[in-house]
Amino acid sequence: MKSRSGVSLHQVPSMVSNGEMSAEEYIASIFEKVDRLDQKIHSYLQLNREPSLAKAKELDRRAKRGERLGRLAGLGIAVKDNICVRSLQATCASRILRGFNPPYSATAVQRIESEDGIILGKTNMDEFGMGNTTQNSAYGPTLNPWDTSRVSGGSSGGSAAAVAAGMASVALGSDTGGSIRCPSSFCSVVGLKPTYGRVSRYGLIPYANSLEQIGPIARDAESLWLLFSAIAGYDAEDATSSREPVKSPKGDGIKGLRVGRIKEFFGEGAQQKVTERVMDGGAKLEALGAKAGETSIASLPHSLAVYYVIAMAEASSNLSRYDGVRYGLSPERGTADWNSAFARTRSEGFGEEVKRRILLGTFVLSAGYYEAYYVRAQKVRALLAQEFALAFKKFDVLFGPTMPVLPPKLGERVTPLEDYLIDINTVAANLTGLPAISVPCGLVDGLPVGMQVIAPMFREEVLLEVAAALGREQGLKSPPLEEAA
Amino acid sequence: MQAESGLRVKIGLEVHCQLTALKTKLFCSCSSDYRASEPNEKICPVCFGLPGTLPVLNAKAVEYAAMIGLALNCSVANRSLFYRKNYFYPDLPKGFQISQYDKAGGVPIASSGSVEVEGKDVRITRIQLEEDPGKLTYEGTIDKSSYSLVDYNRAGIALVEIVTEPDIEDAREAKMFLEKLRSVIESLGVSNGELDGAMRCDANISLAGGARVEVKNISSFKEVEKALNYEILRQRTFSGNATSETRHWDERRSITIALRSKEEEQEYRYFPEPDLNAIVLEPGAIAGVRKAMPEVVDAKASRYAEEFGVSLQLAKELAAKKELSAFFDECARLHDGYQEMASLIVGELSAAAVAGAHPIAPEEFVGLVRMVESSSITRAQAKEAIRETLLTGRPARQVVQMKNLSAVVDESAIAVVIAKVVAARPGALDEARGDKKAFNHLVGQVLKEEPKAQPTVVAKLLAKRLRGK
Repeated sequence: MKSRSGVSLHQVPSMVSNGEMSAEEYIASIFEKVDRLDQKIHSYLQLNREPSLAKAKELDRRAKRGERLGRLAGLGIAVKDNICVRSLQATCASRILRGFNPPYSATAVQRIESEDGIILGKTNMDEFGMGNTTQNSAYGPTLNPWDTSRVSGGSSGGSAAAVAAGMASVALGSDTGGSIRCPSSFCSVVGLKPTYGRVSRYGLIPYANSLEQIGPIARDAESLWLLFSAIAGYDAEDATSSREPVKSPKGDGIKGLRVGRIKEFFGEGAQQKVTERVMDGGAKLEALGAKAGETSIASLPHSLAVYYVIAMAEASSNLSRYDGVRYGLSPERGTADWNSAFARTRSEGFGEEVKRRILLGTFVLSAGYYEAYYVRAQKVRALLAQEFALAFKKFDVLFGPTMPVLPPKLGERVTPLEDYLIDINTVAANLTGLPAISVPCGLVDGLPVGMQVIAPMFREEVLLEVAAALGREQGLKSPPLEEAA
Repeated sequence: MQAESGLRVKIGLEVHCQLTALKTKLFCSCSSDYRASEPNEKICPVCFGLPGTLPVLNAKAVEYAAMIGLALNCSVANRSLFYRKNYFYPDLPKGFQISQYDKAGGVPIASSGSVEVEGKDVRITRIQLEEDPGKLTYEGTIDKSSYSLVDYNRAGIALVEIVTEPDIEDAREAKMFLEKLRSVIESLGVSNGELDGAMRCDANISLAGGARVEVKNISSFKEVEKALNYEILRQRTFSGNATSETRHWDERRSITIALRSKEEEQEYRYFPEPDLNAIVLEPGAIAGVRKAMPEVVDAKASRYAEEFGVSLQLAKELAAKKELSAFFDECARLHDGYQEMASLIVGELSAAAVAGAHPIAPEEFVGLVRMVESSSITRAQAKEAIRETLLTGRPARQVVQMKNLSAVVDESAIAVVIAKVVAARPGALDEARGDKKAFNHLVGQVLKEEPKAQPTVVAKLLAKRLRGK
């Protein structure tokens, strides 16, 4: 992907460093685009304009003095609103956290800043990450740059739409059950859910801790890797973070790579035009030298139920802290006892979907139901991991459609269950901890389709090779919105 | 107690003990030394429960908890888990407490131990490592207060919860158990029970045929006996028909008040804490903890009895107080009059005296013991010298000189006193013959007449007189 000046995004840092490009002009051009487009798209909840421009100016000065700049120098980075940035509000797109300014930055954000990346602002999302459309935001939906009558996907819809529309160089999202990959697929960008433990969760406001990861969203594989390699790696602040070293992609393509189609991802629930496009993508990989085959993951049909049980259980506990005592929304309490004051804060502060998941999660953890739901779900989760491990004996990576459908129209699906069903292909990677990427895989009726590629634990570099190969093969397209603008 | 009413009392205790020897909290690097702080001064984003922060386990806390487990004869788990205990309360920053659990697949750090109290074993069900919540201060009393203030300085302090089986049968036994527990934990050097709120206790009480009542908020071991006696009496008036409920001990009014019935009981929705890994203690690591562990009360007492020949009762009393046994250990390096030293230490010294403004040096103390042994002063005089030293800080030897303390050992002088005492008590000699108690009483009477008389000489001369005449 080239910017207007014909520069590839991943070249921005070295060009800023060399003084060949002005970070200030570049960042200003991004904000111009935001001013032009974001009234329509609504990807940002909050802009960090002045500090960003000041930082860019500072980078230019340092470059002029011949200083060596960080590897993200000059890149404008959008951050999902559930990832803490010191001094910027972190609302998780919820009323309950309105006005909450965290006194700390997430480890991922600290690493971005120490590599001279520029935080442009905070992006819209489904409230607390609960949704796949970004319609569940207390501050209104984010629309799809490819068709503004359609959803951007979610829950990292703001980040994906901002990247797709050129309103950010790259972005951070978070992925609990597909929240990076879904909007990346719907907005035709590249989105990576790293291996569980790969990126520190410190500073990520939790939805479901055992499932989620912070990850990068970008327009091409190269800039995606730039951001990923900056944020990945062990962090003492996160007890679940891994010391496994990050390997660099060799960049020698995918010749001989064994790629396996996951049979269950091409089943009846998926739209045929979508599966056809992903089959074409598979053929392209073969044309590039990969060896394709098919495999089955027998427990996949259960993954959705397992995911929702575990995610809601953890969510019901994680969201208990929002009681209005210490921070966030705190309605006038009068002389009510604490119990009714808590109830009032939470009734007013949480949206419908969040309340639904808290209630269901509370239910599955209750005495008498815990064994039947939570414990059983954990058993299937372990089984799923075993089945994937077995499949990786035959294949280096596995693939299928990221989303089984094209981006829906706003308000198209009415019941929560219909909403949950389209997560069917993405949740398995969260349940197993495996790294998974969504790569643009062409258009159907002018709407983006994404191919999901899943690798063994800690093998993100293989996913990057596939994404880079596919990107080079088909060339990435920009949404019509940006061309018109 | 049982005889009084025919209703058997069963008491189980849940003791919360802060690991006060730790410098930082259980999951963050905040100072754990909060007692002299302003409210909400010792807090950080982690223990304040700000969203997005994560707990990082204090490794030393694990070591201390394992130590307590070993000292209470528990088996320490090779792999234990943190669980979330979910409930809403204003003093709980995250809406859940990170704790451990023994059901729902949970494994606590230690379980199945026992503590010997006066020859009886009180079984320990489990020991779990957990974080303390913050602290609420009510205006007035809990049931009438119109507002409360919350201080999160205590939130995140490392606690071990020690849960017993319902093996305790009355309030006195509960107190004995707690004193024993406290001296064990103190001798490990992991917690200082003197600190306000460092050791707290909830009690489950049932009378045979009656329901189980939980009494919470017993802020110190001193209050336990009062609270239990009150509650047992209260339940007796229901003739064993008390309802299952949770009650609150109101220290000021010395009564328990109903908080909630068991039907309204919290459902804690325990599940594994996803932000923390399992606590792994390989057998080698547990052996290492055992090796590094200071000697605990029971082991120490039997060492004193076996190695030094100190009488068992005295050995136990000496071992129970960490400061006293440390003082004894020092003296034992200087001198071998173990029984005499042990007896004087237990009788005359206290933890406060050993560490007080005018401590007595082990060398001086041993000097006094030597004087007693050589009969140059009496035991009573040695005690007098010790008291004076502790009070004024004057060296013991100087006190002996100044007060002109010296034992009367001259047999003829003592014989005169004996003759006087015997003359005043006709028949006393006959009673003392063959009656040890009466004999000792008579020795006492002589010493009352002449306090400086060396008791051994008095006894010798009296015995002679009994035989002679």
